[in-house]
Parts: sequence; C-alpha cells; structure tokens
Amino acid sequence: MSALSERPLGAVVGASVPHEAAALHVTGQALYTDDLVGRTKGVLHAWPVQVLAAHARVTAVRTDAATAVPGVVRVLTAADVPGVNDAGVKHDEPLFPDEVMFFGHAVAWVLGETLEAARLGAVAVEVDVEELPALVTVRDAVAAESFQGGRPTLLRGPDVEEALAGSAHVFSGEFEFAGQEHFYLETHCALAQVDENGQVFVQSSTQHPTETQEIVAHVLGLASSEVTVQCLRMGGGFGGKEMQPHGLAAVAALGARLTGRPVRLRLNRAQDITMTGKRHGFLAQWRVGFDDDGRLTALDATLTSDGGWSLDLSEPVLARALCHIDNAYWIPAVRVNGRIAKTNKTSQTAFRGFGGPQGMLVIEDVLGRCAPALGFTAEELRRRNFYAPGQDTPYGQPVRHADRLATAWQQVLDSSDFHARTAGIEAFNAGSPHLKRGLAITPVKFGISFNFTAFNQGGALVHVYKDGSVLITHGGTEMGQGLHTKMLQVAATALGVPLSRVRLAPTRTDKVPNTSATAASSGADLNGGAVKNACEQILARLSQVAAEELHVPAADVRFVGGRVRGLDADGASLPWEDVVRLAYFSRVQLWAAGFYRTEGLHWDSAAMRGEPFKYFAYGVAAAEVEVDGFTGAYRVRRVDIVHDVGDSLSPLVDLGQVEGGFVQGVGWLTLEDLRWDERTGKITTSSASTYKLPSFSEMPEDFRVSLLDAAHEDGAVYGSKAVGEPPLMLAFSVREALRQAAAAFGPARVSVDLASPATPEAVFWAVEAARAAEGAHVRDGGSAPPQPDGPPIRPESERVLGQT
Amino acid sequence: MTSPSLTVNGRTVPLDGVPAHTTALDWLRESGLVGAKEGCAEGECGACSVLVARPGTTTPTRWTALNACLVPVLALDGQEVVTAEGLGTPANLHPVQHEMAVRGGSQCGYCTPGFVCSMAAEFYRPDRVPIEAPGEPTPEHGPNGFDLHALSGNLCRCTGYRPIRDAAYALASPAADDALAGRQARPAPEAAPTDVPGFTRPADLPAALALLAEHPDAVVVAGSTDHGVEVNLRGLRAAQVVAIDRLPELRGVSVTDEVVEIGAAVTLSEVAARLDGAVPLLDLLLPQFASVLIRNGATLGGNLGTGSPIGDTAPGLLALDASLVLVSAAGEREVALADYFTGYRRSVRTAGELIRAVRIPQPQPGLVAFTKIAKRRFDDISSVAVAIGLDVVDGEVTRARIGLGGVAATPIRARATEEALVGARWPDVAAAADVLATEGTPLDDHRASAAYRRAMLRQALLKTAAEVPA
Repeated sequence: MSALSERPLGAVVGASVPHEAAALHVTGQALYTDDLVGRTKGVLHAWPVQVLAAHARVTAVRTDAATAVPGVVRVLTAADVPGVNDAGVKHDEPLFPDEVMFFGHAVAWVLGETLEAARLGAVAVEVDVEELPALVTVRDAVAAESFQGGRPTLLRGPDVEEALAGSAHVFSGEFEFAGQEHFYLETHCALAQVDENGQVFVQSSTQHPTETQEIVAHVLGLASSEVTVQCLRMGGGFGGKEMQPHGLAAVAALGARLTGRPVRLRLNRAQDITMTGKRHGFLAQWRVGFDDDGRLTALDATLTSDGGWSLDLSEPVLARALCHIDNAYWIPAVRVNGRIAKTNKTSQTAFRGFGGPQGMLVIEDVLGRCAPALGFTAEELRRRNFYAPGQDTPYGQPVRHADRLATAWQQVLDSSDFHARTAGIEAFNAGSPHLKRGLAITPVKFGISFNFTAFNQGGALVHVYKDGSVLITHGGTEMGQGLHTKMLQVAATALGVPLSRVRLAPTRTDKVPNTSATAASSGADLNGGAVKNACEQILARLSQVAAEELHVPAADVRFVGGRVRGLDADGASLPWEDVVRLAYFSRVQLWAAGFYRTEGLHWDSAAMRGEPFKYFAYGVAAAEVEVDGFTGAYRVRRVDIVHDVGDSLSPLVDLGQVEGGFVQGVGWLTLEDLRWDERTGKITTSSASTYKLPSFSEMPEDFRVSLLDAAHEDGAVYGSKAVGEPPLMLAFSVREALRQAAAAFGPARVSVDLASPATPEAVFWAVEAARAAEGAHVRDGGSAPPQPDGPPIRPESERVLGQT
Repeated sequence: MTSPSLTVNGRTVPLDGVPAHTTALDWLRESGLVGAKEGCAEGECGACSVLVARPGTTTPTRWTALNACLVPVLALDGQEVVTAEGLGTPANLHPVQHEMAVRGGSQCGYCTPGFVCSMAAEFYRPDRVPIEAPGEPTPEHGPNGFDLHALSGNLCRCTGYRPIRDAAYALASPAADDALAGRQARPAPEAAPTDVPGFTRPADLPAALALLAEHPDAVVVAGSTDHGVEVNLRGLRAAQVVAIDRLPELRGVSVTDEVVEIGAAVTLSEVAARLDGAVPLLDLLLPQFASVLIRNGATLGGNLGTGSPIGDTAPGLLALDASLVLVSAAGEREVALADYFTGYRRSVRTAGELIRAVRIPQPQPGLVAFTKIAKRRFDDISSVAVAIGLDVVDGEVTRARIGLGGVAATPIRARATEEALVGARWPDVAAAADVLATEGTPLDDHRASAAYRRAMLRQALLKTAAEVPA
C-alpha cells in the first residue's frame, strides 16, 4: 500500500455522505452562472447572429439596422477583436468567421439592454453570403477525401494479413454509429465584467477554467494574469463544457471590455444544440479473425470519426478510441487506422468516455454479430477472449489487475442468476410469439489518465484559519459528479478533522492556476492528490508544534477526529483548535498550496505506444430487455452491475456516477437520435421535443448496482479509482440484449445487425431482418478496410489540448 | 378591475407593467427566485416546474405542478404559486427536499427544484394512499401510492433516476400541521378577470366572444402549452392574448346515456379524473399524452384548436365519432370532428369562434384500443398514433372507426380500413391491416421513416387483434 493510497483510522473518505450542495440544490438556492445576472447591475445581454447555411463565404455584415433597434447597444464583429480572432487552441476556429462552416454558425453577436432587444437586433443584422458546396455526412467527406488532423495507426503483433490468412474464421463488416448531444440541463453561459483596474472577471459554466482564461486573454490581447475565470458549479458538463465554453466566454468578455458593462451570454437550448459540439459519430470498417475455439486472432479496422468543421479535441478523442478498441479482450495481431472527417457540422468534442466508448462499441458490435456465426453464445465468446494477467494492450501497456475482469464477470453471473434466467428466457420466448426477451452481459476496461501526459497534474490551496476552520479550493470544477464532496472528505481525512470543519470555495483561476480540465474522470485523482499534499504540508508543521506541547516525537503525532495526540490513543491529547492557535502564535504558516503529478506515465502519440494510463477501471453489467415484435418498442426489465471504483472515496457519489453514467450510455445507444438534414446541413433534432434523452420510462425497472470488493488501487488517492466515465460503457449490455431479443424472432444462430442508436424503429427493422434470416451483413472473409495514409498525431498537436 | 398581482410563496407581488409575453419563469427569475430553471423553454424538461393552487376534484384546492416556462405570468393573476424556495430552506427542508437530498437525488442540481415541485404535487395528492398489499406495487407506483407518472415531465441527465424514484417512494403522508396540505382544504383562488395591454382574461363566455368579435386576430390561450412554445422558440409576440381556461362555460363535464360532453377548457388531467372511466379509450390515451406537467395545463380545446396533425386526442376522438361544439357571438353549431380539419393546422373554425365542448355519442364502441408509436414511453410526441373503436358481435366486426395521427397533414379517419373491417371475423384482420398500411401519406422525418410509419399502421391493427379480445 502506498503513502498516497493508505487510509488512516477514522478516515472521512469512504463514508456515504450526500452531495455537499444537496440542501442548496433541493431548495433552489444553489447558484449557477445565469442565476447571477439578477445580482449584477446594468447587465447587457448577448444574442448570436446565426447564418442558416451549412457552408458559405460571408461577403458583408451590415449592422446599421440592428443598432437602430431600441435597446441595442452594440454589435460585435470581427473588426472589434483586439487580440486573436480565434476561439480554440488550434487556430482553426475563428470566433467571428468570414466563412460559415456549419448551419447556424454565428458570425456576429448583438448586445442589448434586454434579451428581447438583443434578439430583435440580431434579426436586423444583414449578412450577405455566397453559398459553397457542403459536406454533411461522414461518407460524403470520405468520398471527397475531406480529412483533418493526424491519421494514427495502432499496430501490434504479427502481421495482420498473415494472421487473418491463418485464422479459422474471418469476418468483415461495416458499422456507422451516431454521436450524442450532451444535453446538460444547464446550457452554456458566461457573465463577464471588467473591474476598475482593467481585470477581466468571467464567470463561466466551464469544465476548464484555465483554458477559458487563456482563450479570453488571447482574444482580448491580454496576458493570462489580466483575466480571472470562476465557475461556481455547472448544471452538467459531460465533456461538453471542456472546450466549447471558451469562445462564448470570450464574446462576453469582449463585450464587457468594449462597453464597460457586465455582459451575459447564455445560449438557449436551440442555440446550444445548433452551435456547440457533440460526441463524435464514427464509421468503422473491419475484418476480424477467430480460431476454432472462438479466440480472436487478428483485428484489422479503420475508424473514421466525424469531426465536424474544426479540429477541437478530435485527435485525442480518436487516439482514445484506438486505445480502447480492445476493450477487455486480448487480440494478438492488431492494425487499426484512424482518421478524422472534416464535415460542415458543429465541431464535435469531448463527451464522457472521450472516444473510448466509440472504440469499444466497435469490438462489442463485432463480437455480438459474430457469436452466432461461430456457434458460441455471446457470453461465452466474450469470456473466452478476456485479458489474462501478464498480457498487454495493443499499445504496449500491461493490463494490471486483469483478474478483476473475471472476478466481476463471475460476480455478475452469480448475482444476476444469469444462467438460470437465460434458460427461463428461452422458455418464455418459445411460448411468446410477439414479445421476446434477451439477457446479455458485457465487460468494461477503461484506461484512466489523460493520454497527454502533461495534463496529469493537479493543484489545491488549503487555508487553516486561526479558529481551526478550514477552507479548501482546488483546480477541479463541480458539474454534479460530486468532486467537491470528495475533496471535502479528502481534506477532512488528511487533516484528521470532522467533515463539518472544512468548507470549500469556488473554483477560480486566481486561487489555483494552470489547472487541467476537469475531465478524463481524473478530477478526484489529480485534485485529491493535491488537496492531500497541501494538508500534509500543514500537518508536518503542526506536528512540530504539537510535539513540543505533547512531549512526543513529531513523527509520532497523530491527528484524529479533531484531536491531536501521540501514538498512544489513550494518552494526552489536544483539541485541533488549540494546536492551530499555538501554531499561529509560534508564527507557523497555516496554509499551503498543494500539488500532485501522476507518476509513471509515458506516451508516444506518433507511434501510438507507451503506458498512458495509471490504471484501468473495470466493470461488468448484465441487462435484460423485452422487445415488442409488433413495433420494436422495448423495456429494460433488469440490470445488474458490479463496478470497480477502487476503495470508494464516497460511496453515495460513486453509486450515482455508476447509475447515471449507465443510463446516459443507454440513451446514447438506444434513444438519442441526432439527425442532420443531409441536404441543408441543419440539425433537425435541435430541441428537447425532437431530441429525446432518457426519462423515467427508460430507467431499468429493477436496477442493482454494487461496487467491486477488495479493489484497492495503489496508485491513487486513498486507494480509490476514477468513476466518471467508465460506467457509461456498461450500457453495451442493453444494446447486446436488444440484439439477442431481436434474434429470438428469427431462426437459431441468426446474426443480427443493429443500428446505433437502437431506437424502436431500428429494433423493428432488426426484428424484421431476423425473421427473414438475413445474416448477410457479416461477410465471411472480405477485403481489407481502406488503409489511409497520412501524418501521425504529433505530440505538439496535443500540447495545448485537453482530454476528457 | 384591480391591477394584476400574484402570490408567490405567501407574498403578494404586483404584476404591473409586465409585458404580455413574459413567462412565469422569466418573471420569477427576474424577481430573484432563481430556483426554477430554463432547461428547454418548451415544457419538455420540467426544470421550471412550480406549484399552482388549482381547483381540485376531491379537495377544494389541489397543488398542481405546471411548467412555468410556458405560462404567461399574467395568466396567473390572482393565483397562488409555490416554488422550491417556498417549500423549505436548507435549515428546514420540506419532506420531499429531505428525501431527495439524503438519497442522492441531486447531482448537478439544475433539474432538482423542478423535480422537487413535481414530487411535492404528488406528495400532496389527496387520494394518494399507501398500497394495501406490500410487495404488490406496480413498476410505476410506490408502496406509498406515489404515481411515478407525476415525474414523467421532468428530465434528469445525471442520476439515471433510481435515487429520485427511491426518494419519491420513501415519502410518508403530509404531517397533520402541514400548511400546504391544509391549504388544499380551502377553495382555490378564483380566476381574476384581467385586462392589461395585450392580455385579457374575460370574466365569462359572452365577454370572451365579444372580445374575439372585436379582435379576430387575437390568440386564444388556455394552458398555453402550445402558445408558450411559439413565444419562447419562435418569437411570437401576439398583439392580443385572450385567456379562456377558466371560463365556467368551457369547464363542464357531463355523462348521460346519450352523450358525454367535455368542456374545451378542462385540463387533460381533470378530464381523466372527472370522467372517472366513462370513456375507456381516453383512459388508454391520456396517460400516454405528453407528461403530467403538460396535461395539468393542456386542454382538449387547445389540442384540437391548434390543429396539429399529431395531437394525440384527435385520433382517439375520431375513433369515438366525436363532434365539436363551436360557439361565436352569432351562436352555437356542432361539427363532426371528422369534418373539422381542412388542412395542415387549418380547420372549419372561423375567426371569432371558440371550441366550447367535445361531444362523444353513446354508446361507445365495445372494443377500443390506442397505439402510440414514439421513441420514448413517457413524455414524447407520436410518430404514428392509431385509435381503434369497433363493435364486434358474435365474433364479427359490425362497425369500425379508426383515427390516425402522424400520417397526413391532419388527423384522419382510416375509412378504407373501416370498410374492410366491417364483416371481418375478429381477430382475423390481416387483410384489413394491409389496407391500413396504405392509408394516409406518411413522411420521412427525424421522428421516423415513412416506411416505419407505414409498417406501424399495419402493425397497430395486428397488435390490437393479438392483444384485445372481442
């Protein structure tokens, strides 16, 4: 057990406590960025001038009519930008573009005394455009060879062609699957002010305050020290607020700087969906080999992600997709190519899992489609291919704790009564012509750490005041994932004080600088390490003070439950507050800045090799569904999950992440149906009435989640593991159960091709195909997928980028 | 007429000078009550849910959850509203707030105040009683009688809902001294006649008709569940809005041996409660109509008046041979619903004319069914809706009415299928199902493909035949 992971007696981490802001949430008193507007005087409101063309050159922007609208104060255009007219870090995202790159692209912003005035002003702005040919679908882009960024290749083991040639079974196929809209309940929002000293202060709904600060600074032509960004909390982020808030914050800050008044920019839902990026959809083309025992021999695949109009985070998303195409399975020979289509769509971005889900979906789809052709149950085929201890991933990282996969798998088989229920379902299906059930079990192995090594650092600031009260702040942002709750528990544990002694101040770039995005599930690992480090610096000093008072060696001083004592639990002790007061009068520093860096990581993004992850998080889910053969409608009857969160820092929080991630994954794979009009490029699902996320009716009727026992992780704070992203991928179990239920309408061993999302309509067509016994979508043999040739991902291309 | 005002969390606040298009949500937030949030501005997500004191069916008042983003605040003149802030404080949580907090019912917290209000409305439902036999709760009812459909109009992106369900099912009954429970025993606020620039609530039907005769272009609003979307998403700024949802002449419900008559301004939640099973087809249909939050405001008159081709009540009422009572300053007339729609969002209703009531002739068909095809079971719009009303005598179909939504510019009757069904032996309807698949002119859109819509027409009849005995 490492010093980082060891828990003291009486640790506050590990206790099930409600979210630190729960009482504020339920009473409506928790404040989000837009709730601050009423508390701010003289606020101007911003509204975008969106051009309704997928691709066009802007030839003129006339603002006279807009400024004549009562209440319009100013129209912001490219000419107003004092610094760099760019909203990103790659210089491919002009903030005020002269070329419209997607339907709804904003080319100017109107500031008004009221939102109504700004809206009417935006209608009055005249934009002349010359329409240009547009590429809307990923297949259009492939045909036109419209790509952007690096084209990495992941290679491992014996030559793939030879391995396939020597395989007993070779199959090939294609799979195009959809992305996902984040649909955080709180849309993007920024409120910018400039103080008497010219300091720009932006409150932003951002997962990455430091990068928001940097973009605001470069747009305004300022140094980072002249811009402060604060995030009180977000109403959900899910990766959608990792890069997308920056340009919006910059528009607000520009408006504030030019008018001298506070500027609020809040997107309404339609603007948010039409203007901001989403999870990447992918096109996967593959060949796969198996031996007679159902063991994978080779995988040859090309993944083309739909990046949208600019690069954004598409390169690291693609890299993570490639690094997760193995999921939990040992594949001796691997050749996986990746490329990023450039299309006239929103710039797709981070979304919980960050490419991992897309990579894993490919292999799970392959296994689900091939199992009947190989004559194995899907459960058997998956289990036969699990990593064994000692094996390594295609990029060369040993799969540490691979045995946890088999352990969790067996636990779910047992707790879900999998085999008996499978038999029961077979009997049910035999007697039920119109309703069929399916039960599927799938694994998750997900790598934790930013692939980009530099991002694996965290900072914190811990203040102990003279009265013994503690105030902490750290570099991570709160978006509902319970990070602040965990950080309070970490601080209370590290200082040996009750949880009630510790308060937390909002995330601000002038408290903790140079932070990484709260992303990649890494918030608790990085910031928890930093909070713990700061607390330990303080305790080291307080130990000296207490040692003198208690007449024990400083190394023997213990801080437990708000008291300070020597090793003897029944010996003399002092209240925490007394030691703090003594320390103050002894002129001992009572605050500290903490820092943490994840050790042992290395990654060569050009070669796609190294050990980019500190550890893997594991999980297994079994899901049972029932499909109505008349309509394709279905219900999720029961879900059993065992998930590995290490030694949980906060079990109620972790349970919430597992359940919430799972349901969000089910949404992506079954219900959430992003549609673009392929002719105009317009998103036709730009509202809550057309884009459906899971509601109560999609919640599993019987939902049983447990955390894996004996799951200590040596390499993370107090033995815990990251939990934000991995559970999303447990939702593959629902998709595979739907595939099996659809297959039950057809003859034995029919292979079912299921679209993603598997909407009731998609399931209906799968049922119809199963009835007709159309298994031709998996081809025996087949030719190699396209082998794109292009530049690798360059390390410098990642340098300024984050990963979720 | 006194100047308009609204009582929020026990405090009465004037509404002077508020523009007619201002929603209750925007007004609340500008007043400093920022607990209610805008998540979608179209009544889909429920983040703006608040409690309004409405007339009840079993108690004089019923705390009713509504989407504040859809209701013009002037429509609440004289009313009482409670928000999440008014239910409790961090130091003194309401029972609903307590259960949500301790069970992990909030993560990001943004949807939470809305959930709390919707849950509180069900907490206070006077006829919510614990289910007698423990272990027998349906998947959508808790042991405490909590009906999960009460939360069907609230979306959460973080939790996956399980802890919210557990919070709902853990609620006890309101305490004996619970002030809001006590409030339900006293009459609800009267609908205050309101007359400010751009927004008028006439006192009675004659006044409303006179006003419409004067302003034929006025927008008539009941629950504002459709109008609110136009205001928020498409910038509609009507010169004159006329609120008719509390007109007593439009709020009757009567059941006789000859006819069931339902007032056009009775909300869909009230329709279900007040009919009490008198129209079985509506009992199949209404629980699938949008969400409770919407049904608490939406009316039959509104759903038919907007003339949407996919308004779910129209197919159902077509299958029941319903007619509409239209009234204007010139008098009343009755129009068969089958003759009412003339084109996309157009009808025979003239400017100045109101739908007063819906009439369903008795006896109703002996076999009724309603099939709604949508992506989501709760809170979704139909891609196809098929309502079936048949009389089957000795295994033979003697009369058939089928109403379809989502397959043409208006809701339509499937007349060829009806003809094919008469004389058929139930449930051998494969031939008629083939005819049904040719009705209408379904389109491809983001909700469904035309091919799927066609297939679902056929399947709806086959499914009904398989599941509904004669």
